[in-house]
Amino acid sequence: MGEVQIKNYTLNFGPQHPAAHGVLRMVLELDGEIVERVDPHIGLLHRGTEKLIENKTYMQAMPYFDRLDYSAPMAQEHAFVLAAEKLIGCEVPRRGQFIRVLYAEISRLMNHLMNVCAQAMDVGATTPMLWGFVERETLMEFYERVCGARMHAAYFRVGGVHQDMPAGLADDIRTFIKSFPQVLDDIETLLTENRIFKQRNVNIGVVTQEEAMAWGFSGVMLRSTGLPWDIRKAQPYDVYGELDFDVPVGLNGDCFDRYLQRLEEMRQSLKIMEQCLDKMPEGPVLSEDPKVAPPRRSDMKTSMEALINHFKHYTEGVRVPAGETYTAIEAPKGELGVYLVADGSSKPYRCKVRAPGFAHLQGMDFLTKGHMLADASAILGSLDIVFGEVDR
Amino acid sequence: MENALKELGDHIATELSSEVISTVVEHNELFVEVRADVVDRVLVFLRDDSTCKCQILCDVCGVDYPERPQRFDVVYNLLSLKHNHRITVKVKTDARTPVPTVVPVFPAANWFEREAWDMYGIMFAGHPDLRRMLTDYGFEGHPLRKDFPLTGYVEMRYSEDEKRVVYEPVSLVQEFRKFDFQSPWEGTDYVLPGDEKATEQG
Repeated sequence: MGEVQIKNYTLNFGPQHPAAHGVLRMVLELDGEIVERVDPHIGLLHRGTEKLIENKTYMQAMPYFDRLDYSAPMAQEHAFVLAAEKLIGCEVPRRGQFIRVLYAEISRLMNHLMNVCAQAMDVGATTPMLWGFVERETLMEFYERVCGARMHAAYFRVGGVHQDMPAGLADDIRTFIKSFPQVLDDIETLLTENRIFKQRNVNIGVVTQEEAMAWGFSGVMLRSTGLPWDIRKAQPYDVYGELDFDVPVGLNGDCFDRYLQRLEEMRQSLKIMEQCLDKMPEGPVLSEDPKVAPPRRSDMKTSMEALINHFKHYTEGVRVPAGETYTAIEAPKGELGVYLVADGSSKPYRCKVRAPGFAHLQGMDFLTKGHMLADASAILGSLDIVFGEVDR
Repeated sequence: MENALKELGDHIATELSSEVISTVVEHNELFVEVRADVVDRVLVFLRDDSTCKCQILCDVCGVDYPERPQRFDVVYNLLSLKHNHRITVKVKTDARTPVPTVVPVFPAANWFEREAWDMYGIMFAGHPDLRRMLTDYGFEGHPLRKDFPLTGYVEMRYSEDEKRVVYEPVSLVQEFRKFDFQSPWEGTDYVLPGDEKATEQG
């Protein structure tokens, strides 16, 4: 038999595929089982968030940020309120800042739990997912107790947070901080030394420092190459500058390093949460400047001024002085930036959301090139993609 | 911080005197406006110069100002890990004049420029693959332009007769409402319904 010419063929991955982490369509060009080229088609979840925000007041625009990366809603809110606060130039009460950091770290736990467990499931391990989601539910209860909603919290406000934590919540969070490391240890016993898990992740999807910088990677993806860059440390916002925590850094830049980093980041998040609870002072949680934040409900019952302010806040909204800013935070997935242009009215003129997943997903082509088809889903899992933020 | 950024802005302005139009420091952030036709050269300088060293391109996005002759801003956000600073580079362009692509300088710009093309119709000369990014296959128009209506022009539904998804012009059950809340007690600049007769009678 003569030499057989084998042609490359094209495979359509998704949009409905359990390992696509949402609605991703990837056009894969395969040579046998080796991936030659990946062309991700995104935008299937595009909701025009940026256009909608331009037509809403700053307070009405804030809940859209919950719906970006829905696995860690409050982290997105944090970026937006920080950007708006920068333009307004207002002070945030200390207690409000601590609560925001506390909840940003709870969000980080929620995100990493989901990602680590989903990454395990992408390579075939089902149990971590079930264990992880039990804990995730506890964290969502903390969300619910503070704002009334499990996921789409709309809790942060320009100038602080909407309301104070209810009595007893701090103690329950402390109990959780004590018990949670055991869960992480359990997940680690299942995965870290697991032969199959290691075979599927070690030396898969390797990123070098040069590549990571050229492709605009951030967060865990950037740190997995050994670059110690964390915006919480480098350009601290709120009270992160006063807190003591470490930033885990990878060595090889592969999927396994990223998994280990996320586990360690969860332990560090617990440390931050504990410090927040210890250092949190008593006092207001929302700015008391009537030009920045609406009055408290109790004041409205007795004060005419408060009633007028409330009316102005919920109809016209806060007028933000003209200006622009690019404010970035260390979201669980990487650098989440908000480029906000204000024109002096009460609606943002332009609000661009720089989603970390967007930059990571475009690296999918060079990350997957030369790997087996089955590795594509392992790499996608370790990139930590959520389509709410990629498609916006 | 403010002074360091001012110095950095001055440094960029002197080194690139023919390219830079203005440098502004605002809210502890440095904004550099440059000529649109040389933005790729400027980004190469900002990446390689030892005092700038902005090796990461975080973001590229468009902004629309329809009242200006050059209606679009293209905004590049750069980050330096070494010096821990951010630089925002802005260029102005219109719907006809392409901006040179920066994909050869930063591969990360690829999707961001595609998105800017999709959302605003800003053209990038030399871009390897300027397809639509976020909108639907076969979408027409550029949705983030200020003259594009919030509701869009078409809506889709599944047609039982044709057994496929069909596109139809948007039909709203109720007219799209936009309230003008901008300080109601400072007087309005529009005529309230019924008031037009009052002014006629004088």
